[in-house]
Amino acid sequence: MSDRRDVWITGIGLVSSLGEGLEAHWTALSTPAKPAVDETTYAPYVLHPLAKIDFDQQIPKRGDQRQMEPWQRIGTYAAGLALDSAGLKGNKEVLATTDMVVAAGGGERDQTVDGAILTDIEKQPNPEVFLSEQLQSNLRPTLFLAQLSNLLAGNISIVHGVTGSSRTFMGEESSGTDAVRIGWSRIAAGTSEIALVGGAYNAERRDMLLLFALKSVALHSPWAPVLADPKGVPTGSAGAFLVLESPEHAMARGAKPIAKLSGVWSERAKRGEPGAIEALVDEMIRTAKGDVSEGTAILSAACGAPEPTSAEVAAISRSGLPVRSVTDRVGHSLEAQMPVALALAALAVSKGKLFAPLEGETLEEAFEGTLTRAIVTGVGHWRGEGVALVERVD
Amino acid sequence: MASYTDKAGRPIVVVTGAGMVTSLGQGKQDNWAKLIAGKSGIHRITRFPIDGLRTTIAGTVDFLAESGRSAPDLSEELASLAAAEAIAESGIGSKGNFPGPLFCAVPPIEIEWPQRRVLAQESAANGPITYDDLLRAAEAGTHEAWHERFLYGSIADHLADKFGTRGQPISLSTACASGNTSIQLGIEAIRRGDCEAALSIATDGSVTAEALIRFSLLSALSTNNENPEAASRPFSKNRDGFIIAEGAGALVLESLEHAMARGAEIIGVLEGVGEMADSFHRTRSSPDAKPVIGCMRAALADAGVTPDDIDYINAHGTSTPENDRMEFTGMSAVFGERIGSIPLSSNKSMIGHTLTAAAAIEAVISLLTIRNGRIPPTINYEIPDPAIPLDVVPNVARDTQVNRVMSNSFGFGGQNVCLLLTGEPA
Repeated sequence: MSDRRDVWITGIGLVSSLGEGLEAHWTALSTPAKPAVDETTYAPYVLHPLAKIDFDQQIPKRGDQRQMEPWQRIGTYAAGLALDSAGLKGNKEVLATTDMVVAAGGGERDQTVDGAILTDIEKQPNPEVFLSEQLQSNLRPTLFLAQLSNLLAGNISIVHGVTGSSRTFMGEESSGTDAVRIGWSRIAAGTSEIALVGGAYNAERRDMLLLFALKSVALHSPWAPVLADPKGVPTGSAGAFLVLESPEHAMARGAKPIAKLSGVWSERAKRGEPGAIEALVDEMIRTAKGDVSEGTAILSAACGAPEPTSAEVAAISRSGLPVRSVTDRVGHSLEAQMPVALALAALAVSKGKLFAPLEGETLEEAFEGTLTRAIVTGVGHWRGEGVALVERVD
Repeated sequence: MASYTDKAGRPIVVVTGAGMVTSLGQGKQDNWAKLIAGKSGIHRITRFPIDGLRTTIAGTVDFLAESGRSAPDLSEELASLAAAEAIAESGIGSKGNFPGPLFCAVPPIEIEWPQRRVLAQESAANGPITYDDLLRAAEAGTHEAWHERFLYGSIADHLADKFGTRGQPISLSTACASGNTSIQLGIEAIRRGDCEAALSIATDGSVTAEALIRFSLLSALSTNNENPEAASRPFSKNRDGFIIAEGAGALVLESLEHAMARGAEIIGVLEGVGEMADSFHRTRSSPDAKPVIGCMRAALADAGVTPDDIDYINAHGTSTPENDRMEFTGMSAVFGERIGSIPLSSNKSMIGHTLTAAAAIEAVISLLTIRNGRIPPTINYEIPDPAIPLDVVPNVARDTQVNRVMSNSFGFGGQNVCLLLTGEPA
């Protein structure tokens, strides 16, 4: 629509297996080494563990940290980095009007309590009564708050003071796309000036792997590049938040854009129909790309599950654009994957360069031109197709 | 001819269909009759053993085939029934073809104890069970269906297929404010011109032993176990916690222009919505009620009306000592001295706190209140709390014309959303 405003990305907070912050990620991406994966701790699964993070830097109160499970700490930390990056930390006036949309899963469990219950429950005369007794005596009361999806947003409000509004979307990969899309739509339509959007995922939990394992879609070692050899989801711990802002609002407070978020599309292919994903992603890429190919690359947030990723690969190959796999570098962080990929896309566009290809990822070819636009694609492991366009602001 | 836009020049958003399920029954008619009669849906829990539990009562929905299956199974069925009622009333689209997006508030979803126990047994572990054993059993591939069932997005996804909504549905949670958020997303999408219609659903069928225990460990639940029907006592001096409950509410939202063009009957207008988050505490609201005040004022401003224009408040009224006091403080600041004379009631006195679903159910009841000119009571109001003097429409329904309702919802995690509803376009 012609009356829509531009939406700038004025802050990015990113933590992953590659480190924290944009510069650390750029350095890691510029030196093509093997991705940071752990193939032994969670054998037979491969995952990308979070780099060592000093959580005190963004969550100074230990009491706050104790009330969170790792996924919430990762997200609250990344949100703090984003606010720092946007120059908003401690700016109470702006934070009180900042709208927040968080993509979240939840449900991290006390695996010790669960294991102890399961070990003994079948020997009990009344297993259900035993279960209740055990839960009542052994669950930490605050664990519930660490499990609830909307409590990542709640923690960000408490720790960083973001209180304009607070919404949490669930629903795996698509929730990340929609969190960004709704934040973007409101600013573009003029009903919001500034928004904090993103998500977080903790991959280093067996309880998180269990859901994937039921369908045998968690990647088993050895690690393999996801686009060339999609044989499972290589989950990765990561958190990413973007500060989206109207140009007017940003300029009024002297903030500079890192890049422009020019569009976000969230769709749902009928997975049962042959060719449906491919056709839809084809069309979404065409819409995002428009008439311009020059200086444009695709950053894929592919999940690695065989069928959806093969469809994504077919569509991005056909586009003829240079391609990079975000998932190869940092793993797949489910709800957070689209925000993570957008963070890296905005970073690359702001540098004007595409990072180096990864050995073994045959779709990735050298690209020496100036990068001005990045299309992010992500086909969810069971549902949801997302595409977004990031452009350079000159 | 009536204008299709509001005072701010935005498309007017109307409701053309509404549906609900609670522990009182299925559908608006059954629920309304019982609500007006002051009936309680709270009862002794039979779904799981209550031996040793501090709270043994709830407003579970026990009359469906899915009752007692997994939380997502029951939540999906509740949502489906409410949505089917709303769509049928609205007459929008055609069967399996709803011309707009779906915004669906869903409860927490995770693999549950029955599944964990099956996996643990199938793992045939010799020693103590660990998650490694569960993973090994899961990889055998005999329970593939559990993968989809326990994904957060699966309820909305199945509903999107069933009702033929457009695009990727959004699954959401703002805890106890979720229902209002699902409506708010629809209002915004229609105002932006993204769509002409939207389906907003909020559902919660997640009362398991573990869910009850979790809330119990936070000391949030009433322990007035003796007489279940009398346990939920919003705004009373002897209130001692909320009653966990189940249900679903659904609304068909349309632009006024779209509804008029197809000759649909308009059952209400979503005039304004406001939100503000609280940074005070994870489970407690800011005692000065600032976020709640801001949220109510934002809704009034969004609708372009003043506190004097509100005839009735559908309160959050959870029956916890803290919420009801804080809500009073907030309303007093917004409405001034008039707060003592505005009729206000808590549906939760009868149906308990349906958590994720609560705000959507209360929106449906608010529309019924306007349409029928009758306010459902706050039951169990025997001992007024002198610290919070309010006209809670005590114990007996009241006949009076209601033009504009404020419906409040405040969530754990500091998420507050306030909705304003009227009967007809201004």
